[in-house]
Amino acid sequence: MILLIEQLLNGLQLGITLFLMSAGLTLVFGIMQVINLAHGSFYMIGAYVGATVAAVTGSFLLAVLAALGAAGLAGMAVELVVLRQLYKRDHLDQVLATFGLIFFFNEMTRILWGKQPLFMDIPVWLKGNIELLPGLIYPVYRLAVIVVGIVVALLLWYLFSRTRLGMQIRAGASNREMVAALGVNIKLLYTLVFGLGTLLAGLAGVMAGPIFAVESGMGESILILTFVVIVIGGIGSVRGAVVGALLVGLVDTLGRAFLPTLFRVFLTSATADSVGASLASMSIYILMAAVLIWKPRGLFPSYQ
Amino acid sequence: MKRLLVVMAAAAFTFGLHNAAAEPVKIGMITTLSTKAAYLGEDIRDGFQLAVEQEGGKLGGVEVELLVEDDGRKPEKAKQIAERYMKKDGVKIMTGIVFSNVAIAVVPKVVRDGVVYLSANAGPSKLAGKGCNENYFSVSYQNDNIDEVVGQFVNDSEHQSVYLIAPNYPAGKDHLAGFKRYFKKDISAEVYTKLGQSDYAAEIAAIRAAKPDAVFFFLPGGMGVSFLKQYAQAGLSEDIPLYGPAFSFDERLLKAVGPVALGVKNGSQWTHDLDNEANKQFVAAYVEKYGRTPTLYASQGYDTARLIGSAHKAVQGNIDDLSGFKKALSKAEFDSVRGNFSFGTNQHPIQDLYIREVIKTDDGQFTNRTIKKVFENHVDAYAAECKM
Repeated sequence: MILLIEQLLNGLQLGITLFLMSAGLTLVFGIMQVINLAHGSFYMIGAYVGATVAAVTGSFLLAVLAALGAAGLAGMAVELVVLRQLYKRDHLDQVLATFGLIFFFNEMTRILWGKQPLFMDIPVWLKGNIELLPGLIYPVYRLAVIVVGIVVALLLWYLFSRTRLGMQIRAGASNREMVAALGVNIKLLYTLVFGLGTLLAGLAGVMAGPIFAVESGMGESILILTFVVIVIGGIGSVRGAVVGALLVGLVDTLGRAFLPTLFRVFLTSATADSVGASLASMSIYILMAAVLIWKPRGLFPSYQ
Repeated sequence: MKRLLVVMAAAAFTFGLHNAAAEPVKIGMITTLSTKAAYLGEDIRDGFQLAVEQEGGKLGGVEVELLVEDDGRKPEKAKQIAERYMKKDGVKIMTGIVFSNVAIAVVPKVVRDGVVYLSANAGPSKLAGKGCNENYFSVSYQNDNIDEVVGQFVNDSEHQSVYLIAPNYPAGKDHLAGFKRYFKKDISAEVYTKLGQSDYAAEIAAIRAAKPDAVFFFLPGGMGVSFLKQYAQAGLSEDIPLYGPAFSFDERLLKAVGPVALGVKNGSQWTHDLDNEANKQFVAAYVEKYGRTPTLYASQGYDTARLIGSAHKAVQGNIDDLSGFKKALSKAEFDSVRGNFSFGTNQHPIQDLYIREVIKTDDGQFTNRTIKKVFENHVDAYAAECKM
């Protein structure tokens, strides 16, 4: 029972990290109609800049701020220089250009920071474990990640449904020309949305720094999961990203944790381990297929 | 004017011909210099180059030209490079491949075409047993060696049960098999994770619940960094000690892992503190040239170059005498930085294997210290299958 609760928390925490990634990606796709394969690169930039600033200053908060700034600015620069030329083009052109950006950013980190992974530690004030329930010991840092994710989700909800900027963004998504005709600077708006998306990826990256390896190409492994999340949640919907991320996080973690044990009931342990392991790594794709059969446009299709 | 050009061209031609007699021996290095694993290839190359530079551009008195190409960790790309080396550059000696799957794609083909291949890292079982070849030498190890030594060490220790964890791909299974070959006590569980996985929370919670005496993990590269960090953060390092092969504990990776790897025991065929003259000289020269402690990959690159040098010397630079060259290689008459070194019947090393421990030096760096020689003159498990 304790193990189940612990694994649920683990799943929740993975889901939250995925949410930070997919919120940005789904926003950009839903509002700007751009497929950004380089989203994982901003996650990597967040982690690298965060790790460097943490190493130099010793302050985790400064590291987070620097990572947010770097990822957001890099995102806006990419929007201005690359994507702005591609809005009117085919999705395939966008895929090609952003795929190229992945190589560019991976090579850039290798040139700037060297070829080996970087070190980043948990700040002292988030170190250690707490006993949530008798026997249930959980790292403080992972709890902090969960809290940050929930706060970001609430802020995003507020931004989109309660502020003027959010209204303009939603309007821009449904009719770009009309909003521009009404005197809203739609170009600037797009740059801001893209920057917001990459900033969230940077946040996910810097928070992942102390638990994962900070290395060139670290964004790609999480990018695939992120795409699964937004397909399940419905492309363009932040609400869908929340639900999709939590579903993927939970299914992935619980699958890894319990499928091999489950198979041991009716298979020999060696077979159970390998079948369980293979099935666990497929579980989220099975989930995605099931959702798509039931709801071809995802759980919360956006309004277009 | 035209005439002058012709004369110059003719002069250049004869000059070129004249030069051909003393043309350096070309050595083709195919290695991984991009992707996450880029630093492995970088160290092999730097170790190799150090040996060449120490001799002023020569190996064993013979001038060499080192060609280096990045395989991007892709078997197809490595194959193309090998093809180009053979056809365009006329390369007769190759080395450098980091990954076993790349080696399996390239090595059988090039050795069949008469190239001598010396492995500076990958040592897949396939090329050590039935697939052995007289043109193929592994200067590093047979992959399983590095796990076998840990298996023996843990078997001799007070631990009764061990929890095994590795990525779900052929090399992951091979490495756990190597461990199990010498660990005869209780296997608490054998867990295979997704290749490239970064979050190990679920597995770590399962380890906590299973309460084994120790954990053996093979998670190369970033996977190991993530696992080590998360394992320590979950507070398990004190209660359930970790063991693993050297791959997660080289000095460059330790920088990224930091203090959480302290005290972890791991298996290797070499450490920078091994007490022999060749090694002391190598470590000092490497640190001076590159400003970093050499990793085991660098030591393998260096040994490979020096082995080639010893064979050059034996055939006096005449590598057209291929059988003589190979014979000289198989004698391994060079001072390996590992101390004891000779080739077995399958041309894989017979060498000593050690357990080392991660420590912190006085200037705050993390590194390894040799604590025990577990195997002396260890022969790999596949040598008997090799018919040569």
